Amino acid sequence: MNIIVCVKQVPDTTEIKIDPVKGTLIRDGVPSIMNPDDKGGLELALRLKDECGAHVTVISMGPPQADVILREAFAMGADRAILLSDRKFAGADTLATSYALSGLCRTLDYDLIIAGRQAIDGDTAQVGPELAEHLDLPQITYVSDAKRLDNGNLLVHKENEDSVQVLEVEGKCLLTVLASAFEPRYMSVSGIMDAYNKEVEVWGADKIDVEEGKLGLAGSPTKVFRSFPKPMKEPGEVHEVTPEEAVELIVNKLKEKHII
Amino acid sequence: MEKKDFKNVFVFAEQREGVIQPVAFELLGKARDLADVLEEKVVAMLLGCGIKDKAQELIEFGADEVIVVDTPELKDFLSEQYSQAVSQIILDRKPHIVLYGATTIGRDLAPRLASRLKTGLTADCTKLEIQPVKDEEKEFCMTRPAFGGNLMATIVCPNNRPQMSTVRPGVMQKMERDASRKGVITEFAPKFDTSKFKVKVVETIKADKEIADIAEAKILVSGGRGVHDKEGFNKLQALADVLDGQVASSRAMVDNGVMPHECQVGQTGKTVRPQLYMACGISGAIQHLAGMEESDFIIAINKDKFAPIFSVADLGIVGDLHKIVPMLTERIKKEMEK
Repeated sequence: MNIIVCVKQVPDTTEIKIDPVKGTLIRDGVPSIMNPDDKGGLELALRLKDECGAHVTVISMGPPQADVILREAFAMGADRAILLSDRKFAGADTLATSYALSGLCRTLDYDLIIAGRQAIDGDTAQVGPELAEHLDLPQITYVSDAKRLDNGNLLVHKENEDSVQVLEVEGKCLLTVLASAFEPRYMSVSGIMDAYNKEVEVWGADKIDVEEGKLGLAGSPTKVFRSFPKPMKEPGEVHEVTPEEAVELIVNKLKEKHII
Repeated sequence: MEKKDFKNVFVFAEQREGVIQPVAFELLGKARDLADVLEEKVVAMLLGCGIKDKAQELIEFGADEVIVVDTPELKDFLSEQYSQAVSQIILDRKPHIVLYGATTIGRDLAPRLASRLKTGLTADCTKLEIQPVKDEEKEFCMTRPAFGGNLMATIVCPNNRPQMSTVRPGVMQKMERDASRKGVITEFAPKFDTSKFKVKVVETIKADKEIADIAEAKILVSGGRGVHDKEGFNKLQALADVLDGQVASSRAMVDNGVMPHECQVGQTGKTVRPQLYMACGISGAIQHLAGMEESDFIIAINKDKFAPIFSVADLGIVGDLHKIVPMLTERIKKEMEK
């Protein structure tokens, strides 16, 4: 089985702080990481590889620095890594991004594509389903489990708000997975060696099957009109008090608000 | 096809097992505002099996027309079946704007359609308005949190139609139900290409009914890393019980398996807007704040006086929740007995 895993390098948004005076982002020193849901997707691919044998190709679109997360993928056990990196992709929204990725996928031989549910910087959860549509593949999103059946089909668990759907999918498909369901493995020693010995292939737009006009900013129907720091709420009262006093303060407030 | 040929504000009216979801009514409320500004109509799309009789409800909550697709193929939500039906409605009726709930259904369906229709989609919008962007030109402005909630971005989709967005449950206000409202109900029969139906439902496992939806709760006692473990959450549960509320959780305590995903508040969990939100041992990562800061009243208890949760709390207590919460529970019990 040939599996493609889509990964994205993202800033660790849990490390981003807001300047309390200016209300702007403090981005300095924020580490870049492999997007958690994507790492979960890689873990699923590697589990399928352990169970039934598979060749795992990790793909990403981003600047040359994104090389780091692809080496991390090697260290976890990926077999091949391709980084799509070209100025022509700059400014792409989810439609143009998924289109570029579809052009890459079309040049590869695959049975299954796995993506993370969403990236922690954009939080759109759109690239996976949009990619599936570009490639005319069935999709299953919010995946918490996937197993290969004897007939070659996949048995997949999809997490909904109020239920889990157990789905069977026939033939090639695209899954978007939840990080919480796939605790990623540690990098192995031999994997870490591989990470530095294996080549991360860097491809430009000319190597993939796309129309240039549909890439990057020109191929993006949505535009950012403006962005601004989130309006800050007026800070409330903060008390450093004994537990007894704290209980008193809270009870009084709850009474004032007619909650008790 | 010209832009001006696309008219009316459409809402994908999500139903589950024949029950129209609250987010559908919320979207109708917003669609009504937008349509009134644009002088266009609000059209709801109701898809499913055996759901025809629910259409009137959508009219009473603001729809001028309901397009109903009632067919066995749409009994369960499946991406391809629903995408075929909705894309055919959109190609036939050419809406100006289409709104979806940002649920596991809406966030599966809407991007699939955006890619099929080659148009723009903006996820998880918190504000939707028709606004002048330059000179006299008005655009549909979709504002959403970006960067894990650290920044707000206003997105426009100037050249492609329809313009589409998803909106989280609990963000928009629904209209007062008006049983006297009149509207049109239209049936639509899509032509399915069944050769593309590759996914079938083997089984649906219902979530434990005991876990009530935190998004509907009036009072939430929520815990983070500082609660430590299940035993810590028992203290929170006891407090929630005396307040007739529910327990919720930060992402950290879901990721480490202490709490179920259904209880998670925040960017990757649920958006909540209770009357009272008590954040216990939650530091207040921006992703968490994004899911709860619209609560009417926020009390935070945290050991770290620099915890960001205090920036959104109406009342902040620097202290040990493990001491305060049980004492508070006892005290409120006594107050209630009075």
